[in-house]
Amino acid sequence: MDETVAEFFKRTILKIPMTEMMTILKAWDFLSEKQLQNVNFQQRKESLVQDLVLLCEKRASVHDAALLDIVYTQFHRHRKVWDVFQMSKGPGEDIDLFDMEQFKSSFKKILQRALKNVMVSFRDAEENAVWIRIAWGTQYRKPNQYKPVYVVYYSQTPYAFTSSCPLRSNIPLLGQALTVASNHHKIVKMDLRSRYLDSLKAIVFKQYNQTFETYNSTTPLQEKSLELDIHMDSRIIHENRIEKERVQRVTQETFGDYSQPRLEFAQYKLETKFKSDFNGDILAERKEPLRCLIKFSSPHLLEALKSLAPAGIADAPLSPLLTCIPNKGMNYFKIKDK
Amino acid sequence: MSVLRPLDKQPGLNTATILLVGTEDALLQQLADAMLKEDCASELKIHLARSLPLPSDVNRPRIDLIMFVVNLHSKYSLQNVEESLRHVDATFFLGKVGFLAMGAGQESHCSIHRNTVTKLANTYRSPVFFCDLEREGFRATVAQRLVRMLQICAGHVPGVSALNLLSLLRNSENPAPEDL
Repeated sequence: MDETVAEFFKRTILKIPMTEMMTILKAWDFLSEKQLQNVNFQQRKESLVQDLVLLCEKRASVHDAALLDIVYTQFHRHRKVWDVFQMSKGPGEDIDLFDMEQFKSSFKKILQRALKNVMVSFRDAEENAVWIRIAWGTQYRKPNQYKPVYVVYYSQTPYAFTSSCPLRSNIPLLGQALTVASNHHKIVKMDLRSRYLDSLKAIVFKQYNQTFETYNSTTPLQEKSLELDIHMDSRIIHENRIEKERVQRVTQETFGDYSQPRLEFAQYKLETKFKSDFNGDILAERKEPLRCLIKFSSPHLLEALKSLAPAGIADAPLSPLLTCIPNKGMNYFKIKDK
Repeated sequence: MSVLRPLDKQPGLNTATILLVGTEDALLQQLADAMLKEDCASELKIHLARSLPLPSDVNRPRIDLIMFVVNLHSKYSLQNVEESLRHVDATFFLGKVGFLAMGAGQESHCSIHRNTVTKLANTYRSPVFFCDLEREGFRATVAQRLVRMLQICAGHVPGVSALNLLSLLRNSENPAPEDL
């Protein structure tokens, strides 16, 4: 095996935490059960990695290493930041039957025709999705295996998710390859970005708001207020109970009972004129719009927004600019004066 | 009608009622629980309100002490308190009103300066206590103080009135404007 390939294997296996080693190697499905049984998983990581690389050396290629990298990334998808692209068909185009093999070969060909040294690997996943790994090279250099781009394409939908590409100049080519290979006409980058691929999926496929149909949504509220009465001391009296219930109701109407999809931030770029109540304010006299960037960050932004009004930190209902995020499928906004 | 007056009702027998006004309901609830844990000869009643004016259709006991709770991390809570203050009759401010300011310890999170609350308290001639309501130990200390203050304001401590307490609490750091 080539030295560089062996190094690639070594670095990929080293990334895998010991607790997940067996699971990931099994999912990779390259080493047989028997081979895996013969390996001592109790030894220190460095020696384990050496043993595994020796095992792979005999018949593994760089493509198998790439597949292992895909498996690792599938288990650690939150380590990448994912963008969302939406494709569309031209007006009057037929809806062709999708052929996965044809898509893969077409995608690969387009990239290889445009760039001499590029390595493309595919791994099928559930829900008619395919994970694509692309390692970019140049005319004179072999593909760089340590800065790949991942694309997850759901073939029955016009949506593809890509990990952020360090080489910005390759993004249009990537978009073109996806569009042509999947028989679409146009591709557009959505203003939606997050580490949590599954949450992005839920937002884009509108799967986040599933409430159980047999569950009567009015009963939980009544049960909750009864519970409060039992636990509360009768010496404590809440004066604004009606207001509290209104806030709970408005929050539930806006956010629902389901758990929110996970986003880490929402960004608002303002280009609006400054509005002021004071007469003769210098800033209000400016003709040009004021540029301002507001960013909300949180480990779980939507759940945090949902808890603002009940915690007494904000009025209910919240601004529609905040509550429209899952509906509109956006967390980047540009706001201009009308 | 909607203005709170201190002496418009008969006092209950051995009862002392405090009204906590603040936006963060969960913390007020915890403070109320902490107060009820204290040993107290009087019967305590704790009313929690998000803002004033209070709903008028309720039959409530005479309020002996009002504490306005401001979270220094939230301008919204200060705004709420400022608007609520307008619904309190001037005679309440003779020792039966106080301010609790929380969150001063985490200065990086503060969007209101401590002096703002101090000035507000001075304007209303009332004491302000800076405290931490989130940690149990500190909350218990505040609760203890509030219970003692409440007993005095309800007149359950012989020889000390709310007005006495007020002048005792006014220390040299925050002298009344007349004394300057």
